[in-house]
Amino acid sequence: MANEPYTEGPIHTTVPVVGPDLTFVSVTDKISSLVLKRKTPLWWFIGFAVSFLLVQLLLLTITHLVFTGIGIWGNNVPIGWAFDIINFVWWIGIGHAGTLISAILLLLRQQWRTSINRFAEAMTLFAVASAGLFPLLHAGRPWLLYWMFPYPNTMGIWPQFRSPLMWDVFAISTYGTVSALFWFIGLIPDFATLRDRARSKPFQIIYGMLAMGWRGSARHWHRYEMAYLLLAGLATPLVLSVHTIVSLDFAAGVIPGWHATIFPPYFVAGAIYAGFAMVLVLTIPLRKFYGLEDFITMRHIENMAKVMLATGLIVAYGYIMEAFFGWYSGNIYERFMIYNRMTGPYKWFYWSLILCNVLAPQIIWFKRFRRNLVVLFVLSIVVSIGMWLERFVIIVTSLHRDFLPSSWGMYSPTVWDFSMFLGTIGLFFALLFLFIRFLPIISIFEMRTILPEAELEED
Amino acid sequence: MSEDRHINFKLMRDRIVGSEDGKNFWRSLEELGNSPEFREFVQRENPQHAEEWDNPVERRTFLKLMGASLALAGLSGCVYQPPEKIVPFVRQPQEAVPGKPLFFATAATVAGIATPLLARSNEGRPTKLEGNPDHPINRSADPGDRGSSATDLFAQASILDLYDPDRSQTVTYRDEIRTWTAFLGEMRTALDEQRAKQGAGLRFVTETVTSPTLGAQLKAILAEFPQAKWHQYEPVNRDNARSGAITALGQPVNTIYHFDQAERILSLEADFLSGAPGTLRYARDFAARRRINEGKHEMSRLYVVETTPTTTGASADHRWSVRPSELEGFVSQLAARLGAQGPPVVASSPGQSSPNDVYGSGWIGPLDRDLQQHRGASIVIAGAEAPPAVHAFAHAMNAALGNIGKTVSYTDPLEVNSVDQKESLRDLVQDIDASRVELLVILGGNPAYNTPADLKLDRDRLFKTKLRVHLSSHKDETSELCHWHIPEAHYLESWGDTRSFDGTATIVQPLIEPLYGSKTVHEVLAVFSEQYDRKAYDIVRDYWRSAGSQEAGSSRQSAAEQQPAPSPTRGPQAGSPLGVVAADFEAWWRKSLHDGFVPDSALPPKIFAKTESPDNTNAGGTPALPAVSDTQHPAPGTYEVVFRTDPSIFDGRFANNGWLQELPKPLTKLTWDNAALVSPDTAKRMGLENTIGWKGGEVLVDNITIHHRGQSITCPTWIMPGQPDDVITLHLGYGRQRAGRVGSKRGFNAYTIRTSDSPWTAAGVKVEKALGQFQLAVTQLHFNMEGRDILRTNTLEEYLKEGHGDSKSEHSGERTHVPAPDETLYGNEHKYEGYAWGMAVDANSCVGCNACIVACQSENNIPVVGKEQVVRSREMHWLRVDTYFQGPEASNPEGTYFMPVPCMHCENAPCEPVCPVHATVHSAEGINDMVYNRCVGTRYCSNNCPYKVRRFNFLLYQDWDTPTYQLMRNPEVSVRSRGVMEKCTYCIQRIQEAKIGAELENRPVRDGEIVTACQAVCPTEAIVFGNINDPNSRVAKMKADRRNYSLLSDLNTRPRTTYLGALRNPNPEIT
Repeated sequence: MANEPYTEGPIHTTVPVVGPDLTFVSVTDKISSLVLKRKTPLWWFIGFAVSFLLVQLLLLTITHLVFTGIGIWGNNVPIGWAFDIINFVWWIGIGHAGTLISAILLLLRQQWRTSINRFAEAMTLFAVASAGLFPLLHAGRPWLLYWMFPYPNTMGIWPQFRSPLMWDVFAISTYGTVSALFWFIGLIPDFATLRDRARSKPFQIIYGMLAMGWRGSARHWHRYEMAYLLLAGLATPLVLSVHTIVSLDFAAGVIPGWHATIFPPYFVAGAIYAGFAMVLVLTIPLRKFYGLEDFITMRHIENMAKVMLATGLIVAYGYIMEAFFGWYSGNIYERFMIYNRMTGPYKWFYWSLILCNVLAPQIIWFKRFRRNLVVLFVLSIVVSIGMWLERFVIIVTSLHRDFLPSSWGMYSPTVWDFSMFLGTIGLFFALLFLFIRFLPIISIFEMRTILPEAELEED
Repeated sequence: MSEDRHINFKLMRDRIVGSEDGKNFWRSLEELGNSPEFREFVQRENPQHAEEWDNPVERRTFLKLMGASLALAGLSGCVYQPPEKIVPFVRQPQEAVPGKPLFFATAATVAGIATPLLARSNEGRPTKLEGNPDHPINRSADPGDRGSSATDLFAQASILDLYDPDRSQTVTYRDEIRTWTAFLGEMRTALDEQRAKQGAGLRFVTETVTSPTLGAQLKAILAEFPQAKWHQYEPVNRDNARSGAITALGQPVNTIYHFDQAERILSLEADFLSGAPGTLRYARDFAARRRINEGKHEMSRLYVVETTPTTTGASADHRWSVRPSELEGFVSQLAARLGAQGPPVVASSPGQSSPNDVYGSGWIGPLDRDLQQHRGASIVIAGAEAPPAVHAFAHAMNAALGNIGKTVSYTDPLEVNSVDQKESLRDLVQDIDASRVELLVILGGNPAYNTPADLKLDRDRLFKTKLRVHLSSHKDETSELCHWHIPEAHYLESWGDTRSFDGTATIVQPLIEPLYGSKTVHEVLAVFSEQYDRKAYDIVRDYWRSAGSQEAGSSRQSAAEQQPAPSPTRGPQAGSPLGVVAADFEAWWRKSLHDGFVPDSALPPKIFAKTESPDNTNAGGTPALPAVSDTQHPAPGTYEVVFRTDPSIFDGRFANNGWLQELPKPLTKLTWDNAALVSPDTAKRMGLENTIGWKGGEVLVDNITIHHRGQSITCPTWIMPGQPDDVITLHLGYGRQRAGRVGSKRGFNAYTIRTSDSPWTAAGVKVEKALGQFQLAVTQLHFNMEGRDILRTNTLEEYLKEGHGDSKSEHSGERTHVPAPDETLYGNEHKYEGYAWGMAVDANSCVGCNACIVACQSENNIPVVGKEQVVRSREMHWLRVDTYFQGPEASNPEGTYFMPVPCMHCENAPCEPVCPVHATVHSAEGINDMVYNRCVGTRYCSNNCPYKVRRFNFLLYQDWDTPTYQLMRNPEVSVRSRGVMEKCTYCIQRIQEAKIGAELENRPVRDGEIVTACQAVCPTEAIVFGNINDPNSRVAKMKADRRNYSLLSDLNTRPRTTYLGALRNPNPEIT
């Protein structure tokens, strides 16, 4: 089925987005059995154990961090932000694919999104959770961060609304909330399915509570569809706003390398780029291990690769423009900034970034590579690394040599920088493993609506 | 109606239940519903009908009260109140107003030279030291002069030594705690033994003694024990100057220079702007002579010939680096040209046969002409490190140029007993080796550490003496080898006296009772006299009452011979206590203490020309010249070594002072370590590299091993532009084994290869590259302006030519567009009415002495972070002094410039809008305020600061626990905790104090009333602070100067701190 020859043609009409043998029953059986019936495979235990250990590392790091101070990291003056903000922006970027797939593609009626949206949304949520840790803990006195919220207080002070960090607070909390709601609402009908199919009492109770009394009545469906659409509408601008605002953290600064008008679109494109890369990184093995080739077909994979290519080109354009502006501005600091990126002590980061983010993805132009899962998997990892390097280049190399040569400095991370980063990766994967074990990774009811059977009934 | 009627359910229920019969129930309910009480209840219960609580003031007040009561309840519940015994003043001391600091005059002494001080005392705790502006050395003859409150960095940092928790606290005998009386008893026994042999086994070792009281005490003891000896040794001494003076003038002298009179200055190895006695006065006069403004278009010209780069060399108009072996030859050439009489025989050597080969042949002519053209208005100054012959030539050249009596004057030596210290030490070592020493009393100093390698007072040698006593503030290397250790009182705890470079005596008064059982040197010496338990106060006071009069008289003896007797018109209060009646003494004493100096105690000038007989060798007043030894060209493959005191920790005595250890050395920006300085070419040849590491302030350098006379040391290297080739500079003071928790085992000990015959240089040294790399912590990695418009420099000639046009110079970087003040999208900018504080920094005056950094650290409770944190580029100094080298060649920079960088207090501060919590905000007077308590530590402000002047507490840098540090802190400045950003505040506490004072007197703050800590300490008055709205203020006038500019002005940050470009006055004949 999955190995069937792929035929060229307009995507939405001729090429089915699911395997031909699926029926309503088989879809429900197949997806719900992953959670309810199938014996938990060994790789799950191994994977979860490793992730869980990394979560312990995260907790250890956070404890040490809060008790000792952020001096355990490598940050300094002039490089006030480093791994903390790099990882924050990286995770937030990864978190973009979910909303894009769920909301924008839903509004654009891209049916192929159905197979991957649940999964991508979960990934978004976990990425945002990982990302959220960094701005929280990067502060010198994290226990006072509630001051960033505009609440009436005895000090009689509002937060500073001119600060991009303030905007971040709103952007990210909104994004996190909407993503969570969107994900949960999408899950309700499937919770009900699981509740009905679960054999053991605890599962019945837990899924029952999560299903919030869903009975599948027409009225339920009507409200559900409305809510889902509204949330999709709400989430759509967030895809653009979150990373725009994250990019303003830099663009609002005066530092050469930060102070650029191109940042918002270039960051959003980068985020989608990174997000799709991460979806691919996760989808390709999962599809294999769970035998979901029917649901996540090569068409999905290819579409995602194409989105990656498109956004990768936008990002490449951003890099070119950055260099061009640096030269064209005639500004001595801007010119030096670009020169320093390309030839300074951190030049290998810049050139690796170009390799990972600009050159490597060009192989997607070729169908042979686009359809080769191994190549695509490796490429997605390369792109993820490239996107991390991009943030490193923007943050560290811009800060390390700014205006006055006397205050130039260098940066190197400490073991705690890495442990924090690894810890959040552990957190992300631990949550993901729990997700694939206890929740339907593909939306059952939505899959059913795109089956040929459903089309017939509609007629 | 009663208060509870609204919600009194019981009342309502009673109406229902208590109604007469059930049949009326429903009816009753209706009735009930109609009752006014119930209607009101319903209204209150349903939100739609709720009474609006629309009084915003009330709501706010309520919230505030609620919050406050919660907070207060929390505070009282959570904070553990330590038991404290608070005893109020039974009798309030006179003048003590709680919260108001008092200032007392005293003096700090380093190497025998006093820095007069005004010490601030907050509730009895000395917290900050300022120079004493009333002291004669800080005041010019001009009556309008307010005097300078400058200090050098050592005096500035010495307050930290007072509170050093590593100070020794009790008398110990072989590391066991003993009482002072036990010590007294044992000394008396030992003395009785010595008395029998007239003290033949008794030796005293002191550092350089200029204290009249101490000198009198020692002399009295020596009179009682005629066979006893008093040795003076200090690693940084003026032996070379002394023997040079003896060669030239026949006797040791103290030379005083008048830079305010000097048009041309030639410095031969003399770091007179930061390292010499009188450096504060010299720097001040030097800078004043070079200050250029609308009315003054002349500046002096400084030529420096030196073997290792110094800050004086950096300030020079012409600087030439010279090998130590070439110095004497050059100086003798110049002396001959200048017509210093009796030209010395310069032994010719093959290398010198052609005049073109002679060092300096390219510029010696113009230099000679320039000096000749300014006869009587020039100075030739030789540094303490220069060999004796150079000193002798300097005296001769000054005489030949007619400078004596005009720009150069002589007095008797400052020392009570001027000796050649290395001979004094040699004498002692010989006596010890011959086992003639039984009781060795070491008063201060650390000879076990800092004596030369060939005369080392090491364990083997010291153990040949029977009983050893060491007085020192810390248990150091010498204390370890002595039986008795007596903790020495800090000068802020002791009575004493001392002399400044012109001889003016200061009576040192304590500001605080000794923190520990410390003793002053006077009290320890008293043990060896008949009155063994006298207090320092009595000793000093009695000296000045009686013996002091003779002492003062004797120091005038030479003057009296040559000059008319002191005129009787001098009032008794102005004269020495000689002849002061007992009743007057009290007034005189009080006045001397209050003023911080003994009036008219400066040593009188000696005039040689008129007194010496014509048939003397010093015919015609011209000093005799030494025969110059042949210039020894170093053997190929060998190197020359130059020893210098460390710019931060001096000879090692300040090794345990964290402020000084962390102070970036002016030219290398190195902290916490010393390194062997090598020239770029030498480094290239030896394959040495400085590699910038990845951690932030980290430089990885190669090690070398230096072999000299059987000793060898391995040390890290530093490639130093301006260093002569094949010359290695080693800084003394590091490699301490027992300095304390701060200073122990840092750097390498250069004393290991220092020998007594040539204490400042060593020739024929073998050097090889050693294995491994060493990590150095530096605060500046790039010394090149990268063609940017950062520090504007120009030559005087160019500057004057440009007139009022736009100043441009080939040296300074590309000038960028400066936005006009009205070039903004946002109208209605804040108008600064009232005060508008600003600062102007004259880069032309800055000599890079670093005192401002230490003063800022002391005033503002700035913590020390340690080497590991400096390596991570996390030093906390609010004020830094950037150093830039200029010129195409790294090996020999054309210019070295210093730029103090405090917070710019931008009117358009980039840090302010990015703070999410309003922790950094702008004051109505234009100050960029930092609200520590509000800061959450996002560091965004620091990232966005183009000047990178913000400092972040990455860890808990401040020591909150050590009790002595709690005493030290300035109570007017918050002590910052971890996770908080901080930066220069323009000493906001001083601004507020002045404003409050002015408000109480109902007047505006006067110009000059507010002096920031950095400004106060600056010897050259390079930093000026004030109200820029007042056009008559000094700062406003400086900002109106043509040289004034803003740093990074094209960013439109509109800094309140502006700079005046540096000018140099090169000789047009020398290219």
